[in-house]
This record gives sequence, structure tokens and C-alpha cells, in this order.
Amino acid sequence: MSTQQPPMPEAPPASGGLPSGYSSPIPVTPTHLGHALASEWTKMKSVRSTVWTLGVFVLLVVGIGLLAAVAVRNAGELDGQNPLTLGFFGLLLGMMCVMTLGVLTTASEYGTGMIRTTMTACPSRGRVLAAKSIVFFVVAFVVTLATVSLVALIQTSMLEGNGTRTPSGAEWLKATLGISLYIALLGLLSLLVGSMIRHSAGAITIMIGAVLAPLVIALFMNAGSLEKVQQALLEYSIPSQMGVFYDNTLSHSGPSGWEPLWIMLGVTAAAFAGAYALLESRDV
Amino acid sequence: MIEAVGLTKWYGDKTAVHDLSFQVRPGAVTGFLGPNGSGKSTTMRMILGLDNPSSGSVTIGGYPYRKLPNAARQVGALLDAKAVHGGRSARNHLLSLAQLSGIPARRVDEVLGVVGLQEVARKRSKGFSLGMGQRLGIAAALLGDPQVLLFDEPVNGLDPEGILWVRNLMKALAAEGRTVFVSSHLMSEMALTADHLIVIGRGQLLADMSVTDFISANSADFARVRTPDTEPQQREKLTSALTEAGGHVLPELDGALRVTGLALPRISDLAHEADVRLWELSPHQASLEEAYMRMTQGVVDYRSTVDQRSGLQQPLPPGVQPPMPVPGQGQPGWYAPPPPQPGVPYAPPAPAAPGPEAPNPYAVPAEPTKPEDSR
Repeated sequence: MSTQQPPMPEAPPASGGLPSGYSSPIPVTPTHLGHALASEWTKMKSVRSTVWTLGVFVLLVVGIGLLAAVAVRNAGELDGQNPLTLGFFGLLLGMMCVMTLGVLTTASEYGTGMIRTTMTACPSRGRVLAAKSIVFFVVAFVVTLATVSLVALIQTSMLEGNGTRTPSGAEWLKATLGISLYIALLGLLSLLVGSMIRHSAGAITIMIGAVLAPLVIALFMNAGSLEKVQQALLEYSIPSQMGVFYDNTLSHSGPSGWEPLWIMLGVTAAAFAGAYALLESRDV
Repeated sequence: MIEAVGLTKWYGDKTAVHDLSFQVRPGAVTGFLGPNGSGKSTTMRMILGLDNPSSGSVTIGGYPYRKLPNAARQVGALLDAKAVHGGRSARNHLLSLAQLSGIPARRVDEVLGVVGLQEVARKRSKGFSLGMGQRLGIAAALLGDPQVLLFDEPVNGLDPEGILWVRNLMKALAAEGRTVFVSSHLMSEMALTADHLIVIGRGQLLADMSVTDFISANSADFARVRTPDTEPQQREKLTSALTEAGGHVLPELDGALRVTGLALPRISDLAHEADVRLWELSPHQASLEEAYMRMTQGVVDYRSTVDQRSGLQQPLPPGVQPPMPVPGQGQPGWYAPPPPQPGVPYAPPAPAAPGPEAPNPYAVPAEPTKPEDSR
């Protein structure tokens, strides 16, 4: 520190601990999570990638759902089958879009450098991560629920005359609410992976790998000694767990009922803790 | 008030900032100077709590940034003009920041007006030029109407009108009693804008003084002497005579000599004694830019070299000597020698240094750049 200072005629005497000399006429509002939620909602709806990924998602789920229904109807009688199972195929592809949007929500801020601006405006990093997670989860859940419900309604009405059985209320709940929560959680997991990896392409690759790799690896595990591993990989792979919501699994000893949702909830909670810890400790 | 104490940052085994201590006071524009890679941006990021210091600390108004209540309303920063999502419109970008900081949305249109981006407010920032990006970054910094402002290279990519605008904006902000901390690698720009200078090189503090002090401490007076071009031996003769008398002589590109440490009349006398005719004997003052370059020349990380084009040249015809480069001026890494010790009066009063005190012919009276919030 040099001893010579320039004359500062404008500088009033310092008072208190805070930088003094200027006070803004705009009233200061203590900020909370609600502000961050509003901000993240603005961010999400103001980029085209949101519209694109969700648009493609709806298109895939509805399109493949309709095609499947038409194909099954033309194939003839379906003795006592659950028509809701047909919704599975569209989601299998559609979930890639939700995962992509999840990754982009966090990773694109690192790609563009926007994260520095965000973290300067809100030094409470956990609040930003929480706001992103909540906004994304709600958007993904609402869009999935609406799309999946629509497809399920169309499919059941189309196949009514083909001998399908009427699904029970519990089956309806699992095939709409259950799977929507599952897909939204999967997207949230992608968001958290994006926050940890900080690179869009890298995080998307990891997530697609996480979805597909267990099935592919299990495919080549034909040795008898690996049978149990193969079984576990098949049962706990994400597509297989999604099938549980439609009673359409690859095997029948793995998770059943609503269990996949709790598994995914646990994994996502762990990922949130990891992403939060990394965000707090790492340099932005 | 920004206060850094022993601020240090390592990246692996590379030290980006080493034991940096300084204060940035309110009511003045403080320039933060250093060559590329000297740690300016790292320091700025540490001030904003984006990077954690390896040791030491930096506080704003007594708080580390991440503990600062309502940080966005106390500190505004322009770090990187490209730090926006290109797919988002300028207005939505600012709106999301305003919402995050609890600033009324009306303020967004206000700052868009201040930086002159209303016309393109709803265009995606992907298509913005570098200068427009800088204006958007400045708008984001002004959004919270904060009392502490940090600008990292704010004039990059701006047109002359924009540079003048930024210069006046900084001064106006400081005149309102705010703390304004501006990094730059252009001494000439800082000489016009800043009141106080903090110079760093390789992450270490080189100078922390007012611009006036910097000018008087660093601007070296020298004399330019030219002997007849037709008689090179006269030049040699004069050089040895001046050196004997205690002067410091350096050749210049055009064949003239740059003499320091001798007063002009004494040079004339010596030339007369040595029977050398002079074509020119004139007093000069080294520019502030040169003083800054001299100060930082030892700590430049990325230094350019002369493009030798070796191996690509045609072999010279026999008997032809390759052109000898003139030592000194014009060569990378060469700067004028340090100024002589004060108290060697050898020149008539030097022309006024281009300091902030010098009236700027372009300067418009510092007008309020931001309309008062009507509420």
C-alpha cells in the first residue's frame, strides 16, 4: 500500500463498515429462493433449446405411441393385455430429450460463461442449484405427465375393441404419475451430472451411457459364473426399471411396483449432495 | 472499499497471484494494470468470490463476497462480455439477473437505455458484436445500481465513441462516491481514466500509487540528438564524448541518439568541444505507456519475437551484407532506460504529461449517465 493517495474531493468520510459514499435510490430487497426460481424460469423459457428438446419429446412420445397403437390394432386380437404398456416405447426414446434438457440447464451456463454472471449476482450457490433443480423438475414433470396421459388415453380408446382389458386405477396411476415422476427425476439427475461435469456433450454422453451401457454389457455376459451380474444389470438398467411402471420388465425378480421410483429418488438425492458439495468448493 | 490482504492463488504448481495486498477506495477510479496473464482476471474473480484464494483474503466493505448481504445490490461486475447465453435476448438476460437480485424489472429497460441497447433488446445476443457485448456486460454491472463496480477490460472491442463513453461513465460513477475498479492492459487508457493505479506483473504488486505520482516517478526526460547523416564518424565521436561525460546514449531507429543524464546545454557544449555539428537537439519525454512497459518488461509472460523467416529467405548474393538491425527501439523487449535520478536539471520544462489533469479536448462535462430512479 503506498502512502500517497490521490485527492478524493468527492469521497465523503467513510462511515460504518460498508463501502460508503453512494446509496442507491432503488430499495434493497433481501433475496430468497423465490427470486432465484423466477430467474431460472425466465432463463428456461427464454432459450430455444427448451422448446426444441421438449417439442421433440412430445413428438416422439405421441408419434411412437400412436404408431404402436395402430400396429397392435392391425395385428388383431389382444387377449386381456394392458393397453397402457404401449406407452413405454415412445418414452424410451423421448427420455433422451428430457436428459438433454436437464444437462443443458446447468452445463450450458458453464459452456457460455454465464455461470460467472449468475454466481456474481447470487453468491449463494446452493440456492442457484436448488432453483434450477426445482424449475427443471416441475417443467419436466408437467410436460411428461401431460404427454404420457394424452398418449395413454388415445391408446386405450383406440384399442378398446381389440380385446384389451380395462386397466385398474393403480395401473393408470403408475403409467402416468409414476412414470412422469421417474422421467423427471432422470432429467434432474442429468441436470446434476451436468453441474458436476460442466460440459454439455460430456454429461449427455455419460447419461446416455448410464441408460444403455448396462443392457449392452449384460448382452455379452453369457458365462455361467456371471449370470447373477447379468441378471442384476438387466433388472436395474434404466429401461428395465421404466418397464416396471408398465408391468413390462425384462425379468420378474427385480424391482417391482413403485420401487424404481424410490431407487431413482435415492440416486438423485446422492447426486444432488455431490453436485452441491462440488459447487460450493470448486472455483466457478 | 475493496481490501486484499496477502491474496494468493495457485493453479497446480503455477502461481497466478502471489501475496497481493491493496486497497481500492471509494470516490475514485482505480486502474488495475498488468500484462496478459499477470493475474488481473484471477484477482477479479477472487474479489467476486468465484475463485477461492489459496491463501490470504479479499473483502468488500469488510465482508468476503460470498458473505456479503445483498451482494448484487452492493457490487456490480463486468468480467467477460461473452459470458452470456447467446440464445437469450439481451433483455431476458438482464431480466433473469434482475429477478435473481430482487431488482424491479423496470430497471432492466433503464440500464438498456443507459448503454444504448434498446434497439436490440429483444434480439438474441449471439449476433452481438464485441462492442455490443461489452455494453450488455456493462448494463449487467449497472443493474443493481451498486456502490462497488468492477470492470475487466471494459473498452475491449469498443469503437472510439464507446471508449469515450466508458471513460466518462467510470469517472461519473466514481464522482458519485462509488468504488470503481477497472482492469486494463492499456496504460494510455488508464492515464486518461484512472485516479489511482495498481500495477501487477506475474501476480505480484509492482506499483500502487496515484496516477500523478506514477507520471512523475516514471516519465523519463531525454534529449534527442542528431548528427549529420552524411558523416557517421561524427556520431561515433559524439557518442564517446557524451558517454565519457557521464551520459547514457542509445541509438534510435532513424540514426538519432537518445541521451539521458545530461542537460541539453551540456550536450551542446560537449558537441562543440568534440567539434561535432548537430542537426537536432531536442527535449523529449517518454510516454507513460513506455514507463509502464519498462516497469512490466521483466514480468511479461507472453513475449513476441522478431519473425526471422529463417530458412525461407533467398540466399543473399555474394558480397552483399544482410541488413543489420538497429539495436534498441522497435525491437521486442526493448524499452527506454529507467529515468535519471531526480535533481538533474538538464532540460527546459518538459511539455505537460498527458495526465488526467490535462484538459481533454473531447471531454464532455460529466453528465449524469443514469436518470434518477423515479419513485
